[in-house]
Amino acid sequence: MITYREALRAGLHEALEKDSRVFLMGEDVGRYGGTYAVSKGMLEKFGPERVRDTPLSELAFVGAGIGAALGGMRPIVEVMTVNFSLLALDQIVNNAATLRHMSGGQLSVPLVIRMSSGAGRQLAAQHSHSFEAWYAHIPGIKVLAAATIDDARFMLGAALADPDPVVVFEYPALFETRGKLASDRVDISSAKIRRSGSKVTLVTYGASLPKALAAAEELDGEVVDLRVLRPLDMGTIMDSVRKTRRAVIVDEGWRSGGLAAEIMARIAEQAFYDLDAPLARVCTEEVPIPYARHLEEAALPQAEKIVRAVRGMLA
Amino acid sequence: MKVAPPPAGPVPYPPELSLELLTGMLRIRRLEEKSAEMYGAGKIRGFLHLYIGEEAVATGAVHALARDDNVVATYREHGHALLRGVPMGKIMAEMYGKREGCSRGRGGSMHLFDAAARFYGGNAIVGGGLPLAVGLGLATKLKDEKRVTACFFGEGAVAEGAFHESMNLAQLWRLPVAFFCENNLYAMGTALERSESQTDLCVKAAAFGMATLKVDGMDVVEVHEAAKRACAQVRAGEGPLFVEFQTYRFRAHSMFDPELYRDRSEVEQWKTRGPIHTFSARLKAQGELTEAQFLDLDRAVMREVDAAVAFAEAGTWEPVEDLARDLYTQP
Repeated sequence: MITYREALRAGLHEALEKDSRVFLMGEDVGRYGGTYAVSKGMLEKFGPERVRDTPLSELAFVGAGIGAALGGMRPIVEVMTVNFSLLALDQIVNNAATLRHMSGGQLSVPLVIRMSSGAGRQLAAQHSHSFEAWYAHIPGIKVLAAATIDDARFMLGAALADPDPVVVFEYPALFETRGKLASDRVDISSAKIRRSGSKVTLVTYGASLPKALAAAEELDGEVVDLRVLRPLDMGTIMDSVRKTRRAVIVDEGWRSGGLAAEIMARIAEQAFYDLDAPLARVCTEEVPIPYARHLEEAALPQAEKIVRAVRGMLA
Repeated sequence: MKVAPPPAGPVPYPPELSLELLTGMLRIRRLEEKSAEMYGAGKIRGFLHLYIGEEAVATGAVHALARDDNVVATYREHGHALLRGVPMGKIMAEMYGKREGCSRGRGGSMHLFDAAARFYGGNAIVGGGLPLAVGLGLATKLKDEKRVTACFFGEGAVAEGAFHESMNLAQLWRLPVAFFCENNLYAMGTALERSESQTDLCVKAAAFGMATLKVDGMDVVEVHEAAKRACAQVRAGEGPLFVEFQTYRFRAHSMFDPELYRDRSEVEQWKTRGPIHTFSARLKAQGELTEAQFLDLDRAVMREVDAAVAFAEAGTWEPVEDLARDLYTQP
């Protein structure tokens, strides 16, 4: 049994050990051991050139990751939280995502950006948001969400093997989760059925996965873990929806213009006549995530809310 | 505004190098004049930012680089790309939006790329190239190579956070980056003194502990000497360097600019410092160039420009079916 955090650490360790072009760069990844202790011990093992502490300059060090990737390295850039990544959005959107296409295929940006996302640790409105949908909006990058021990362990390696920029979301709410590794690699192209069921398809990703699984136990639901938020694996979703004929999207992002809306639209486009009930979604309430525990819990998707949404659909 | 006297005095180079520098400046000038003409003819659309007046900077600086050095440039980069070795025809075809362009017509004037020439664009976000240059420098350092990354940007970029963050990182990590600031006094229409509390750009760079040089960017000799010095220091592993090239853009910011922000007389004064006519006058004065030779050279350059236009005209449109090609690596 290992924790999600240990799985992330093992993945990082393996990446640094396996390829001398790989280096880790970000705020407090070295001496401090990583904000969430993911890179603890790495500095001692791999040295300050390859486990590189940066100043508080998200724009420059994410851009430097892009430049280093252009220069033949395989950088892993860690951004402390998705909220801070907004400071680096220019480099991600205007450079990482555009360079291959805009150069007519000449340039390649084999960069991995890791960042933590989501709420659940009472970190309030500047450390708890979920902007996965914003990243998933951008052509030219790939976007991953690690919700299981296996994905925490192996997604990084798969992302590094990809020649294009990949953003990997990690979830502090899941860091203490324990489990057994079930495989020795993962793909970064497909969604996965995490629980089979027959009454309803629950489509989710990230920290909402355990909540969707808990709800599915009560409902005979089937749970699809998206894993890859761009490009979306609609095939897996559609196969499940055609089987259960009902779908609820569980998304820790806000409702308006979110990932849930996109998935619902695609299901409606592709499987409207296969549905026995209108589509539904359970999203985060449209407020900045509050600090107080009861308010934070009330703002987020929870198993009970999912159950209620499905029961409403079945009634 | 008081404008300094035109660059003068002997040119201390062997005639071949002098001729190369003159040719470089002239190639940029004639390419861009033709680009403006083709813009007027509707062959080139979008934004077109001309470098006319500033040619000494790209010419003197690019000539100081080794073949396998990196270049990061801005959206006013036709000259840098050209002298870096991107064929004029591929530049013109790119501006036409043709598949034969150096970015397959996806980039246009602002986004020229050539991976083989290690020319990394063509960046149209002001200051957006600086972090890339820092990263290219970091890769060089980690791989223990001797490459210099030359990063060109305008003085407008010094107002961006990207400038300050990048300067700090480069100096903190002693990265082999030459920061070449082309100070043409106006960020679009905003004069330096209207946008910066500290108008001495070298003072800003020095605040990061970085070595600096302030250079007359209208004098190709001064530019070349400074760039050589900068590259030698950077290549020797002595860390990054900031060079301010003081220059001036004779034309409008882009083709949509009525130039309400500066006096015609100011432009005329700066034109007396024009890098091409002052340099050729100096060569003539020291008996290394005749008017006939200059005209011969100009005709040769014009033939190259005409051939570039013909190449662009003959180019083809990328099929619409290829719209999403190269968004990701083809499996």
